[in-house]
Amino acid sequence: MVSLAALAGLAASFAADLATGPALLPLGAVLRVLAGQSDDTMLSAIVLQLRLPIGLMAAVVGAALGVSGAVMQTILANPLASSYTLGISAGAGFGAALMIVLGGMLPVADMWAIPLGAFAFAGVACALVAGVGRLRGATPELLVLAGIACLFLFQALLSLLQFLASPEALQMIVFWLFGSLMRASLAKVAVVALVLAAVLPVLLRDAWQFTALQLGDDRARGLGVRVDALRLRAFVAVSLLTGAAVAFVGTIGFIGLVAPHVARMLAGEDQRHLLPASAVLGALLLSAASVVSKLILPGTVFPIGIVTALIGVPFFAWLVLAVGRR
Amino acid sequence: MRVELADLGVRYGRRAAVQAVSLTAAPGRVLAVIGANGSGKTSLLRAIAGLVPHDGSLRWDGAAIAPDGAVGYMPQDNAARAALSVFEVVLLGRLRSLAWRVAPDDLAATAAALAELGISDFADRRIGELSGGQRQLVFLAQVLAGNPRVLLLDEPTSALDIAHQLQVLGLLRDATIRRGLTTIAVLHDLNAAARFADKVAVMRAGALIGLGPPGEVLSVELLRAAFHVEAAISAGPDGRPVVVPLSVVDGGF
Repeated sequence: MVSLAALAGLAASFAADLATGPALLPLGAVLRVLAGQSDDTMLSAIVLQLRLPIGLMAAVVGAALGVSGAVMQTILANPLASSYTLGISAGAGFGAALMIVLGGMLPVADMWAIPLGAFAFAGVACALVAGVGRLRGATPELLVLAGIACLFLFQALLSLLQFLASPEALQMIVFWLFGSLMRASLAKVAVVALVLAAVLPVLLRDAWQFTALQLGDDRARGLGVRVDALRLRAFVAVSLLTGAAVAFVGTIGFIGLVAPHVARMLAGEDQRHLLPASAVLGALLLSAASVVSKLILPGTVFPIGIVTALIGVPFFAWLVLAVGRR
Repeated sequence: MRVELADLGVRYGRRAAVQAVSLTAAPGRVLAVIGANGSGKTSLLRAIAGLVPHDGSLRWDGAAIAPDGAVGYMPQDNAARAALSVFEVVLLGRLRSLAWRVAPDDLAATAAALAELGISDFADRRIGELSGGQRQLVFLAQVLAGNPRVLLLDEPTSALDIAHQLQVLGLLRDATIRRGLTTIAVLHDLNAAARFADKVAVMRAGALIGLGPPGEVLSVELLRAAFHVEAAISAGPDGRPVVVPLSVVDGGF
């Protein structure tokens, strides 16, 4: 029931995302274009070429961030964990900035060099945190501390790059860090969707193990979970998901934190339900944020990263204070 | 399943937490491990459970490696953060066989373990809502649901009031006999150990200083050596020893 409602919400939000923009389009016309039954070439061009990639990107990136947040919160036994709070997004941001600063020196076009840099450094950040986890006697608390250290490290490196960058590069870096869906294209959507389609089933195969891990490392080990190997697999999955999501749209906070919390309230902690629910809710939240980003000032699209944080913070506070107390 | 330890030791860096412990635990029997805080009881149990590396030898019916799933381990900490239902928690005891679609076997074993411990009534409640004593029963059911042959329990009654202590230990002894389990339990309460265990192992500073039936092992001298207390020992109604601690031995700590 709940999952059907969430999926319906996502569909509604997706349709609204396609209908909003510099020109508000009637929903019926948008649906006719999607069904291939519209003769209006102008309208078709707007919907299919401009807005469809953005709408799809919001959904797949939101889903990837939702799942990676849920996995992080589970393996680190910490409700504040997400790829944003633990420095993986910061790593991606540094990677992207590095590519912007290096600019024309690379044999790859900017359009792909920046995402590749972001993807690679999301992996580096993940490897740093997971590397601490390989130390003997590493506890979830230690991993969280490692993640926070990682966040500060990459923020410092990013500041250094911004200090050294030319004014033009600096502007590009700042804009990239805002997070924006405007750079979406169907090819990029396909990349994120493929990563999601490859990683999610692998995570779901370990669903029972993740559920058991929530009872604590020792008890999980007693039940037969190979905790260290499971965490390592999960870190690889998180780095792929976050890397792919952040690479194309920039750093977007709070989706990875909030979506799993809402999903947990709706679906419980059985990870067979929690992971898919986090994906759907992440997609729904980012899609809704995309609609809002276009409605704040008609004719202007606010950077999505700013919108998710501005809506996300009060929403999260309400969630924790009002609903969390039940 | 017969569990045999010979010269078993556990080291944390340069510190020896357990040294040269040799003992045998037999099926259908409860072995209680007692000793002061820091005497190595938990380390010994964790070594048997395979959670920390050890030296010396550990044999399972003569084999060097326990069959998968043969050992059920219940850690001391019974906090539960996860918003899981009691049924889900007990179901996780079947983790080794759980598939995406839960098989009827796993559901049946879960229901049976809940019934065995008399907690079927709160199968749908959240684990976090339960009292410490109820949670302990749930985690015991979880371990039993996996149908282990060896049961390792770290202070299964330390958080419980006396009624729950008696209840848990009674259920534990019954399950041990009925299922033919080899049960090794770290216990804090000497009288609980004397009453429910077939054999006690007494540890001090990582070494074994006493091993045998409670009536033979528990003596005034041994309690002075293991716990630094002066105690009176009398015979209880069931003939087993009852320990009354009187005072701390001067310079004991």
